[in-house]
This record gives sequence, C-alpha cells and structure tokens, in this order.
Amino acid sequence: MSDSATLPLRAAAPARVQSGPSHDLRKDLRLIADMIEPGARVLDIGCGDGALLAYLAREKGIDARGMELSQSGVNACVGHGLSVIQGDADRDLEAYPSGAFDVVVLSRTLQATRQPRQVLETLVRIGRRAIVSFPNFGFWRIRLGLLWDGRMPMSDLLNQPWYETPNIHLCTISDFVVLCDEIGARIERSVALDRHGVPYALSPRGTLANLLAEQGLFVLAGGKS
Amino acid sequence: MPTLTAARLPMRPETEWPGHRLYVEQPLLLDCGVELAPFTIAYQTYGTLNADRSNAVLICHALTGDQYVADPHPITGNPGWWTTLVGPGGVLDTGDYFLICANVLGGCMGTSGPKDINLATGEPWALSFPVITIRDMVRAQKLVVEHLGIDSLFCVIGGSMGAMQVLQWAASYPEMVFSAVPVAGAARHSAQNIAFHEVGRQAIMADPEWCGGRYLSLGRKPARGLAVARMAAHITYLSEAALHRKFGRNLQDRHAITYGFDADFQVESYLRHQGSTFVDRFDANSYLYITRAMDYFDLAAEHGGSLPAAFAGARSRFCVISFTSDWLFPTSESRELVHALNAVAANVSFVEIETDKGHDAFLLQEPELFATLRGFLAGCGEHRGLNGLHR
Repeated sequence: MSDSATLPLRAAAPARVQSGPSHDLRKDLRLIADMIEPGARVLDIGCGDGALLAYLAREKGIDARGMELSQSGVNACVGHGLSVIQGDADRDLEAYPSGAFDVVVLSRTLQATRQPRQVLETLVRIGRRAIVSFPNFGFWRIRLGLLWDGRMPMSDLLNQPWYETPNIHLCTISDFVVLCDEIGARIERSVALDRHGVPYALSPRGTLANLLAEQGLFVLAGGKS
Repeated sequence: MPTLTAARLPMRPETEWPGHRLYVEQPLLLDCGVELAPFTIAYQTYGTLNADRSNAVLICHALTGDQYVADPHPITGNPGWWTTLVGPGGVLDTGDYFLICANVLGGCMGTSGPKDINLATGEPWALSFPVITIRDMVRAQKLVVEHLGIDSLFCVIGGSMGAMQVLQWAASYPEMVFSAVPVAGAARHSAQNIAFHEVGRQAIMADPEWCGGRYLSLGRKPARGLAVARMAAHITYLSEAALHRKFGRNLQDRHAITYGFDADFQVESYLRHQGSTFVDRFDANSYLYITRAMDYFDLAAEHGGSLPAAFAGARSRFCVISFTSDWLFPTSESRELVHALNAVAANVSFVEIETDKGHDAFLLQEPELFATLRGFLAGCGEHRGLNGLHR
C-alpha cells in the first residue's frame, strides 16, 4: 500500500504535554489532527464536543471552525470559545464557497447524512482536501453477525439497534472507493483502522481492508475537473 | 473630530437624567437624503476603557429599549434592561469591559427624535423629523465611538432591533468590529413583522389625541393608541407556551367570568398593565419612527440583493444566537444569516437556545445564553489579547 507509507502510523507524543481533553482525544481524531498543517483553514463537520477543534487550537494554533447537529454539542463548543455553528452536513454546507478551507473533516458522520453522495461532492468542493472516516460495514464481524444471527449487526462503533441508530447510509470501504471514483474525488491517502482507531497497513482497493478494517479513513482531493 | 463637542442642552429637562450627551453640529447625511444638524446623542457608559482602548463593547438596544442598560430607568425607576448580563461579575463584566450604549436616533430618551424641538421652528419636530433607518442609527453611534477615541470595538452586541444594528455595524464598518453578537435578530424585517408594526402604528394614528402627530404642541397625548400598539407588540415578544405557563385561562381577581368586557382573564390584565406603563416612558411618534426603521431594514437590498455581499469585507468573529420559541425572529432567519456568513467564509458561531420564553428570552434569565456568551467572549478575548478577563 503506497499511500500508507507516507502516514505516521503511530503518532509521536506531542511536544507540549498539557492537561485536558487532549489526552482523551480519540485515536482516529489524533491521526486526523496529525495530518493537518499548522495555519491550515479547517472545518470539522460533526465536531461533537469540539475535541478535535480544541486540540488543533491548543497544539497547532489553528483557529478552526466546526459544525455540529446537537444543540448540547454546539453550546459546549461555543461555551469553550470554539467557532461552531449549529447545522447539519446535508443542509448547511452548500453556502460555503469553493476552496473555503484547506481541510474539511468529516469523522464518523457520513453514514448519518441523508445524501452522502452530495455531501462528499460538497466536501471536495469547499475543501482543498477532505478527511473522511466512517465505520466499515464490510468488517468481518459485521458480515458474520448478519450471516450467523440473521439480525442487524451491532458493534463497538455501531452500537445502537436498527430502530434507534442515526446511521442510515452505512457503506463498506469498497463502496466508498467506488463512490469516490464516481464523483471524481482523488484518494490521496487511505488508512484502515481498528475499533480504537489504531491504523493497519492495508490497501483500500484490496479485499483485505474491506474485511479486516473496522473503520476507513480517507484523504480526498479535487472534484471532477 | 473638531466639530463634535460634548455639551448639555440646558433647555431640555432630560439633561437631569444620568449619562452623557454628545452634541453634534456637523450635518449627518441620512438615508432619506436629509442632512440632520444639529442633533444630540445621549449615551451611557459602564466600566473603564483600558490603556490600549481594546476592551470597548457597544451594546445596541431594541425598539423600546434605551441607554440605561444597567442603571435605573430615570422615568420608571425600574432596573436597567440588561442587568441579567451587565454588571460586576456578569457576562459583560463592568470590571473587564468598557460598555457603551447610546439611545438610537429617533428615540425619546435624550437622543434627537420627533419629540424634540426643531430649532428652525421652535416647535417639536413631530412628523417633520426625518425618517431614520437602522444604518442612520449606526452612523450616529459611530460618532459616539469615535468621540470616545475608540478605533476598534471589541464587541458589538444587541438583541432584536439591536441585532439589526450589530449586523449593520459589521457590514458598514467591518474594520471597527472585532466581534459581533446578533441575538434574536435577522438581516431583514419579515413581512409578518412589518404587518405587526403597521397594526401598532395604525393604533397610534387612530387615537384622536394623536392629532396628526402634533400632540405635543397641542398639549395632548395619544396614550390609548400607544398602549394598544404596545399590547399587540408584547404578544409577539412572548410565546404561546410562555403565556400558557404564566396565565393559562386564569381569571383576574374573580371566581367566574362576568359576561362583560372588563379584564376577566389574567392575560388581559397583564397586557393592559404593559400598555399603560409603557406610555409613561415612551413617545408615540418615536414608536412610529423606530418601527419604521426596523421595517426598512434589509441588509441584502443595500448590496444588490445579495446578503453575502453585505458581509464581503467582514473580519469580525460572529456569534449568532436564536431561541427555539421565538416566532418574531425565528431561528430560520438566523440560519439564513449564518449561510450568508458562511458564503464569505466568515468566522461564525451559531447557537440556537432551547427555551419557551419566546423573543423576550434575550432579556431574561437564560443560563445557556450566558454560558454561550461567556465562552464566545472569552475566546474572542484570547484572540484579541485581552488579558486578565474574569472567567
């Protein structure tokens, strides 16, 4: 896998060790943070409680923006001085001009959007790069769960029953790669992750990643042009 | 600004009221084409301007508000209208910030308006006072800010019509606005809101005491018309849930309905009280002028119909706030504003606060509002290099 060779598979500890949420930053978010250059213009869509934004501000001096659907998440972010708007990826991304950001992050959110294709197209339009992570529905445990139990699979990442889950558009890593090809998004990097966000070295276009990875993380660039 | 001098006008009884006055001799060109001169701006300040003049916050008041943000109203004696936010230890801490609030142009609390004497005629202006706009109000506020020697405001904040002024500030003078907080506002007045205002104005004009607006010269007062206008407007500031919670169908000082038109219901009694106390402190013609200014407000129209174009040069950090039960300035209006700010990649935060208190929520105890503002201002303070803010 040529792409993964360029990635820091296990990030080094930050130079400045600080107290606070940075110690608890999810590993996949940490991996994303390490891909972002200081000074970049960043939009984190589905930013939750703002953990990545706070980390970027603290560790890299990045004045990043966020978007979050839940009111409690937005209020917590803004209450901590982060620039976050209440909104959702389906409705509130269109207004941004092309190339408004250096990096647009969509972490574990794509599968909860109503129009994932349009969202993905918008991401690569408004960001020079889009970093997208999502739970891989092709993961072997999920396949086995459906095959063996005959019931909608649940896992650590997909931990709500079918009637409560916000995840309405689940896909496999292979599905995602096909969609990227269809919309003309170039895959710059790709990483297979386990449930804790620890990266594996597997090619996303091969069958193994689709079977063994619990999450996929992709860096996309460019639109159809 | 050599033409500007702070002065007291000895002929006006309001000069006994607390606060400052800026007497402006240089004509101010208004949107309606009239050059207004001379005129007075009454304003109030709280706290102390720091050495590098970087901690000034301009508060923009709403339709019937005034500059008495945090001290007793000189007519009613009621506490200031934003004491929930402003004061020692408050979100707008008078120990941290230098707070400024000016009575709007066309107002009746010391700034020139229709009830003041037109020096050319010796009579009150009444309807010969030029029609003013939100942008005119902001132009006048800018004179005060400049008079105080402030090049850049740390924050411009306001609710309702105050939010309109905040947006006008960010659009007209982006280099002077470090952060902008429009609360429960919109970038234009909706058809429904214009309609409600027209009901209020017609109530005033239908009062025989209004006398074509010349009631002051004739020693009369259109109190009933103004009270009805206030009653109608007050309903729009609340919500059905809030009205139900406060009053329901409860009866006022009686056990049964009276089969008459007295105020049987508590909600009627409440509205009558709101109307009758309002006329003691507000001028009917000012009400006409200020509601008209809100009606005319349409920031996109000033920029070829494009709201993003209005913010093309915006450098401010925005915090847009709406309330779930506000049907006068609903969240959809704030979201439209946020989309326009996104279109120019402005730095914007947007929070919708869950409350059943309606439009008036911005004046009330709303812990989520306070926490949001506190965090936003602290973040801005860090970017501004304001040290030692109380957190």
